[in-house]
Amino acid sequence: MLSTRMINLIVPIISVVLGLLAGAIIMLIFGYNPIAGYIALWNGAFGNVYFFGETIRQITPYILTGLAVAFAFRSGLFNIGAEGQVIVGWLASVWVGASIQAPTIIHLPLTIIAAALAGALWGFLPGLLKAKRGVHEVIITIMMNYIALHVANYLIRNVLTDKSDSTAPIENTASLASEWLMEITGYSRMHYGILIALFAAVIMWFLLEKTTIGYELRAVGYNQHASNYAGMNVGKNIILAMMISGGFAGLAGAMEGLGTFGYMSANSSFTNLGFDGIAVALLGGNTALGSVIAAFLFGILKIGALNMPTSAGVPSELVEIDIALIIYFVASSYIIRWTLLRFFKKEEK
Amino acid sequence: MENFVIEMLDIRKEFPGIVANNNITLQVKQGEIHALLGENGAGKSTLMNVLFGLYQPEKGEIRVKGKKVNITDPNVANDLGIGMVHQHFMLVDTFTVTQNIILGNEPRKFGMIDMKRAEKEVLELSERYGLKVDPQAKISDISVGMQQRVEILKTLYRGAEVLILDEPTAVLTPQEIKELITIMKSLIKEGISIILITHKLKEIMEVCDRCTVIRKGEGIGTVNVSETNPNELASLMVGREVNFKTEKKQAEPKHAVLSITDLRVHDARNVPMVKGLNLEVKAGEIVGIAGVDGNGQSELIEAITGLRASEAGRIMLNEKDITNLTPRKVTQSGVSHIPQDRHKFGLVLDFPIGENMVLQTYYQQPFAKGGVLSFKNVYQHARTLIQEYDVRTPSEYTKARALSGGNQQKAIIAREVDRSPDLIIAAQPTRGLDVGAIEFIHNKLIEERDKGKAVLLVSFELDEIMNLSDKIAVMFDGDIVATVEPGEINEQELGLLMAGSKKEKVGGE
Ligand SMILES: Nc1ncnc2c1ncn2[C@@H]1O[C@H](COP(=O)(O)OP(=O)(O)OP(=O)(O)O)[C@@H](O)[C@H]1O
Ligand SMILES: [Mg+2]
Repeated sequence: MLSTRMINLIVPIISVVLGLLAGAIIMLIFGYNPIAGYIALWNGAFGNVYFFGETIRQITPYILTGLAVAFAFRSGLFNIGAEGQVIVGWLASVWVGASIQAPTIIHLPLTIIAAALAGALWGFLPGLLKAKRGVHEVIITIMMNYIALHVANYLIRNVLTDKSDSTAPIENTASLASEWLMEITGYSRMHYGILIALFAAVIMWFLLEKTTIGYELRAVGYNQHASNYAGMNVGKNIILAMMISGGFAGLAGAMEGLGTFGYMSANSSFTNLGFDGIAVALLGGNTALGSVIAAFLFGILKIGALNMPTSAGVPSELVEIDIALIIYFVASSYIIRWTLLRFFKKEEK
Repeated sequence: MENFVIEMLDIRKEFPGIVANNNITLQVKQGEIHALLGENGAGKSTLMNVLFGLYQPEKGEIRVKGKKVNITDPNVANDLGIGMVHQHFMLVDTFTVTQNIILGNEPRKFGMIDMKRAEKEVLELSERYGLKVDPQAKISDISVGMQQRVEILKTLYRGAEVLILDEPTAVLTPQEIKELITIMKSLIKEGISIILITHKLKEIMEVCDRCTVIRKGEGIGTVNVSETNPNELASLMVGREVNFKTEKKQAEPKHAVLSITDLRVHDARNVPMVKGLNLEVKAGEIVGIAGVDGNGQSELIEAITGLRASEAGRIMLNEKDITNLTPRKVTQSGVSHIPQDRHKFGLVLDFPIGENMVLQTYYQQPFAKGGVLSFKNVYQHARTLIQEYDVRTPSEYTKARALSGGNQQKAIIAREVDRSPDLIIAAQPTRGLDVGAIEFIHNKLIEERDKGKAVLLVSFELDEIMNLSDKIAVMFDGDIVATVEPGEINEQELGLLMAGSKKEKVGGE
């Protein structure tokens, strides 16, 4: 019989392979060469140091939003609001990064903490409403996304600047960018944030699996009645889970604000980092390590795909369909799991 | 040759680390009620899940009406006329009775579900077999006994000729059990055969024709019920003699541990359920609360343990006011609680059994230090309890979900008794346990009593109340209507008191 561990490993791999196959079929139907297309994708992600640096840069926020969604999920909550939490985190990091003068050793941690706190605040509200009023977190977090987007735009145009569409650049003392990293990656925008993201993954794993706080959060996630019976404060744990989840997403915003861009622009649409985080968490089985691996895959797809129109002539619309298909197969991994189990059940006899 | 509807021959089923069924043979005759008896974790549910197509056996042969079959999934079982009512119900709470019954087999008209016809069919079916239900009621609004009828109807609707009932009476009140027995009798008159799993030997003696016994996964044999007696059945299944009447010394009650005055509690819909109740439990005594389900027992327990706010009155524990404290504070004050609904309250089913053993104490030394769990100590503790309380599980890392129903219960009892509290509240502590385990748990509770603990027992089983209690408090309509000693009353009189007859208080108070 297949062990659960094996299945957890095999299922995502099959999902990705099926997604790639389906993408290949689509390319074939429209008269493009899928092999050339995927070679272009691979080269676009790893073909040279610049692409490699860009891929790592893209992976960084994906890890964090993946962790955010996964953390909430393990606590029994569905955080659709990572997107809004990214936006407020980004804004807070840029705000603190540009408005304070201090040495790096103080300034940088301060901006990062500000971003995490902003994200946590954006998670706190849905958590509070769920804990006290039983309002479903999905509805509130979706609304919070729009509030974040429009409040951020307003603040950028009217408070942080005088009717300008983007903020002043942050001080060097708050920047995650590294001359050295940029140089060895052919002047990509790769920055030190990847270390923060990986560290955050370790924190999530430790917090959830090793501490009493994690024990409570998981217990509440599985069975609120039993948790209450056991003397845990269910409401407190729901709020805490949403705040920690929001904190991770806020950090993802800081990666963009302090690492990639160094400023923030008013946006007419979402960054999608938070929404992609849902797929990352799903593919990663809602574990810390899984999210990191899944984030790598998503980063590779996202950056690698940029090369497909130029190198293989595949139009970018088709590339998007391709990526969507892969996500589709990931999301339907349940079906794959089911088929696998059935198949092996039959084999057993 | 005999006329068997179902034959399971030499069945073997393994789970990782455990052989749940080994060489078990079960042959069911047309139109009989066939009991399946065995200790907790003996493999009864597993065997029935094999018959129902949920598990595939490693070895063995299944025949239906003499024909060899291969039951690959429950749909195949349905087509063969096999229906199963599981130990834990599988109904959609927000659907109506009819919707649940037709789910998956909906009658259609122009591609749409023909609800009218469905309700008519359900009503016909329920009249034919004497299973009264309201086809339009929502599952969440009807009693457990009613839900069980819906489960039975569900299988009959699919044309079941063989009905598997996995511990149907464990969740029922004595009155509901009587009704179920009538239903079973009318089912076999209609030519249906029944496989009944139960731990209650009385029920086997009353309704069953034959009984197959399994012990630790091994088939022991099949006996004719008319040629046996409860003692023989018990020793067949446990492998040793079992005492039905628990031996205990005279209680030596000391100071009051729990004293409740004028307690008033409302239920979730704000209906008063406990109405000015007074109760005292002393150190070194077992007080049993007898009563028909729904007379405020649940609300009383929830109020004591902090799960529900009380409206008025006072709850004192060792002279300390614990009224409306949080569950954590109540626990810390020295109260243990074996909850009535073990799946809802007692366990986190997706946690390993070891982590369930520290559900209230995970944050204390030695299980945690500085907020970091010591899994080594957690699992060490679990191993000790599993041994001492004979919880049958492949390992302490097994998810609670994978344990048999009775062993889940034993795990909870182990956890609650081991905390060594001043007051143990035991609600239906032996529900779903085999006779050996019941004996063990009863002795455990008596042992705790003799150590000077106070025990508050709530049970719908009159046997259990009579056997275990030093004092019986009869609860009716939210109040204690009589306090009696078990020696000075018989089951009939107790039954009358529980039904609310305002007989003069029996005995002194
Ligand atoms: N899905 C599963 N995975 C692993 N082990 C299992 C699983 N289901 C049952 N077991 C194990 O198989 C054994 C038999 O369990 P089963 O549920 O059949 O017992 P049972 O006779 O119905 O007991 P009870 O009277 O307590 O309900 C137990 O040791 C149990 O832990
Ligand atoms: Mg069972």
